[in-house]
Amino acid sequence: MNLPELIHEDRSGGVFRVRRSVFSSTEIAALEQKYIFQRCWLYIGHDSEIPSAGDFRRRTVAGQPLFWVRGGDGKVRVFYNSCTHWGANICRLDEGNAELFQCFYHAWTFNNHGDLVSVPDEPGYGSGFHKEAMGLVSPPRVDNYRGLYFVSFSPSVEDLVSYLGDAKDYIDLILDQSEEGWRVIPGTQKYSVRANWKMFSLNSLDNYHVRPLHSTFFKYTESLGAGDPPVSPPTEFPGPQGRALSLRNGHGVDVFPSVNRARPIAHWHPILGEDSKEEIRNRRAGLVEKFGEERAYLMCNTNRLMLIYPNFALHDIAGVSLRYFEPVAPDYMEVTVQTLAPRGESAELLNRRLENFLSFLGPGGFAHPDDIEAMESAQLGFRANGPEWIDASRGMQRDGTALDEIHVRAFWRQWHAHIMGDAKAERDHD
Amino acid sequence: MTSEPGNSLDERITKLLLEREVEDFIIREAVVLDEWRLDEWLTLFTDDGRYMIPSTDKPGGDPKETLGIINDDMARLRGRVERLKSRHAHREFPWSRTRRFISNVRVKEIAGEEILANASFLVYRIRSGQVDPLIGAYEYILRRVEGTLKIAFRKAVLDLEALRPHGTLSIIL
Repeated sequence: MNLPELIHEDRSGGVFRVRRSVFSSTEIAALEQKYIFQRCWLYIGHDSEIPSAGDFRRRTVAGQPLFWVRGGDGKVRVFYNSCTHWGANICRLDEGNAELFQCFYHAWTFNNHGDLVSVPDEPGYGSGFHKEAMGLVSPPRVDNYRGLYFVSFSPSVEDLVSYLGDAKDYIDLILDQSEEGWRVIPGTQKYSVRANWKMFSLNSLDNYHVRPLHSTFFKYTESLGAGDPPVSPPTEFPGPQGRALSLRNGHGVDVFPSVNRARPIAHWHPILGEDSKEEIRNRRAGLVEKFGEERAYLMCNTNRLMLIYPNFALHDIAGVSLRYFEPVAPDYMEVTVQTLAPRGESAELLNRRLENFLSFLGPGGFAHPDDIEAMESAQLGFRANGPEWIDASRGMQRDGTALDEIHVRAFWRQWHAHIMGDAKAERDHD
Repeated sequence: MTSEPGNSLDERITKLLLEREVEDFIIREAVVLDEWRLDEWLTLFTDDGRYMIPSTDKPGGDPKETLGIINDDMARLRGRVERLKSRHAHREFPWSRTRRFISNVRVKEIAGEEILANASFLVYRIRSGQVDPLIGAYEYILRRVEGTLKIAFRKAVLDLEALRPHGTLSIIL
């Protein structure tokens, strides 16, 4: 495969194309495992999922069986879910609390710091056997930014904050919306898409599809009546048409004003119920007081579709959703979705927040099933031998709007650099 | 549902008739859904009816504080049906074929005008070269309104650990 030719970019003509084979080739999938999933920072979970000593959750990240646990010392650790003796899974529940993890096979027992503390018939082992060296094994790097935990299978990966690039500012813009902090709401949407994982990355950034693909969703919300009117922005950014932005290192965001859409923080719409109106307006007023009108406007009256490269979509739209996805085969991915809510939110608004979330999002929503259909339909379309490219040229030669593909191209440039074995794309921007 | 020795024949027959009526209702509903007679399906609900599907990891979760998959009041349920009929619900245009196998129907409790009933389901969704089985159990609260049974609450609890490889719950389950 001719790797340099996978992307065709003509800056003077404003054309950007990607070979369709990138979505179906097993050779590409192997390069992605090697250069992307084994090298990047990958999202594993939010701090609030394991609040107390001994709390654990089981996860698969880049095909690796892991679990993460808060030790008796309060420290968060991530372990490969495999006994250091004969390999069986140590953690056999999706979530729980444990002081000790005993392997069910031969009863080797580890504490929640990962130390091997008990081996039946220990005298049977010779002088070269060192129990203290047989503890559970952790991935090379684990770090968090404001409670969002990531792992990397590369010891030499750059530090997390520098990896996040400008995405850090947008994470701040989301998490600053709640003074009391955030928690992951129980309940996980686990599903799959019969498509290449990159389709999900692209769909998570793309705003161009939203009106045509999700017309039934808008028909429904419009049938409920009008919400609070759009707020006039105190700033030029993001402008009436919004903006698609590269956030460096392959990350991107699509920012656009909230017009007749519900934002629990903080733009009221009938879908959130009359009884939540006051709480939502008060929340906005509090944010204005704390951060000033300009930042409060961005928090409350604009939406964000953000992708943390390569496979973590952090959306701040109908509520805050955490969506991570990973390839199982070139034409099949597994997706996991959770949602964050502010601590201290009223029970009534939480209920409305979740109803609003389900109206649009998830495998039973009024919109997301059609995203999945579109991704799967494209994957089937890629079987066609005639067309060779997909096109991502939109907005190359104008001051971009939210409908443009600036972030999509930034993703592709970073992706291309990676599979060529390079660490960084030459350019982050058009 | 063992017959208790103290019950008169009349009581036992009344109970049996109710069980038959409930089972017949649920099976007829399945046929209505397999035939995509969605407007007719909506008429089976009470005005305050609800339709919900919890997430696969929290099957007993309270939808007010747990993220599920579907949690419809009648306004959203009517919106869902409208959408499915619109030709713009792309996941279901054209409509998938479904075949519902309902069994183990049992009346759990009778509380005034309300009947709590459970049933097991195996629903196949067939579309685009894929056959996806959905396996689980229904929980119904049926209410008699002017002599007719109506659905006040209908929950489909999946036994699946994830919607994989199904991807979506785009049909009415």
